[in-house]
Amino acid sequence: MIRSFRALLIRDLKLAARVGGSGVMGLIFFLMIVTLIPFALGPDLNLLSRIGPAILWIAALLATLIGLDRLFQADQEDGSLDLLRLSHAPLEIVVLAKVVAYWLVTGLPLAIAAPFLGLLVALSPEGMLAMVATLLVGTPALTFIGAVGAALTSSLRRGGLILAILVLPFMIPTLIFGVSAANAALGGTIPFATPFLILVALSLIAAVVGTVGAAAALRSGE
Amino acid sequence: MQSGQGCRGLRLSVNNLACERGERRIFEGVSFTLTSGEALVITGRNGAGKSTLLELLAGRLSPAAGQVLWEGAGERALSECLHYVGHRDALKAALTAEENLTFARDFLGHPALKPREALEAVGLAHAARLPVAYLSAGQRRRVALARLLVAERPLWLLDEPTSALDAASQETLRLLLEAHRGTGGMIAATTHSPLFLKDAKEIRIGRPQIPPPSAGEGAEPSEAGEGP
Repeated sequence: MIRSFRALLIRDLKLAARVGGSGVMGLIFFLMIVTLIPFALGPDLNLLSRIGPAILWIAALLATLIGLDRLFQADQEDGSLDLLRLSHAPLEIVVLAKVVAYWLVTGLPLAIAAPFLGLLVALSPEGMLAMVATLLVGTPALTFIGAVGAALTSSLRRGGLILAILVLPFMIPTLIFGVSAANAALGGTIPFATPFLILVALSLIAAVVGTVGAAAALRSGE
Repeated sequence: MQSGQGCRGLRLSVNNLACERGERRIFEGVSFTLTSGEALVITGRNGAGKSTLLELLAGRLSPAAGQVLWEGAGERALSECLHYVGHRDALKAALTAEENLTFARDFLGHPALKPREALEAVGLAHAARLPVAYLSAGQRRRVALARLLVAERPLWLLDEPTSALDAASQETLRLLLEAHRGTGGMIAATTHSPLFLKDAKEIRIGRPQIPPPSAGEGAEPSEAGEGP
């Protein structure tokens, strides 16, 4: 079971790194949104640093979403999904390996890039640290929630839009607590730990529900 | 294939299998048994449901009626004991032939031949380091067939294995299939062209007989459906 998990994880990481992979796409999309917004808002540093965490979080959410429709669809199209069903490992392990690989190539780079992009929205150093922490803990929730939608729409030809409509409502709690944790670090009445721990809880719940849900969706597909 | 002895005593029985897709009955009443060393050739015209039957066996679809029994394999479920090579090759175009096979070997468990050896067996040793995207349709098919050799599994489900293969590769495939049967493996293959397998069983599947339009509720909708 561990062997299967590792084999699939390595395969997906290799695929992301090859030509046409989804490796840097999310990161570039993230960069585009975050660089555009200061131009649109104008040089009001106070305003930017106040809404900075929200901008970064919305950009991270959209960047996670953008490549998600290909998560299972690519395997569905070339027949690999049939191969993945033949493992000793249950389909949940297959889903987990694919989601972890997807997070490693999209979610993790977003969290690492957040401090540099934080400069563009005039975040203070403690704000940057909070952004890294909240993105690191919150993006897994986004990926796992999105995986359920990706599994449901895997056999649809243009499932990207339907996927976004399906999963966005479920991503809202993560967005709320992610932004409020980052804002709490910048000052305010609530301590940082309160929304941050809820964010951690959301990720843990999403990891379980998302894995089981996506596997069930793949099983009932066709 | 070193543990061919483990294949003995396996038995696949299919009783009265029926399949529906989109409320349309594709076939029904399909029955056969397959034991160690046997091969089954499934024929039928286009759209008769040959590929669907293999997909049912592979666990991708679930039957509308009937049952599939898998005996003698202990705790291993049917889906863990079979190889499925379908119309789509299940190869990643961005990875090399060798990487594709290495993944299959690690992922499926029960490793047998090394990816290099498997590629040699299908005559593609020179293409091991090429991305699959650069290979021709016949070469891709041979890489997909090499997957049969990297992991030891008793039942091979092959959906038109000879499509896109040249005469020499078809002969190589026939020898591989006979070797697999020789170690106690089982084969179920759909085909239009003869596979020249020794004493292979053959079943022909087709549409169920359309019931005569007799008095009754069942006949009315079908008649209405024939209108313009």
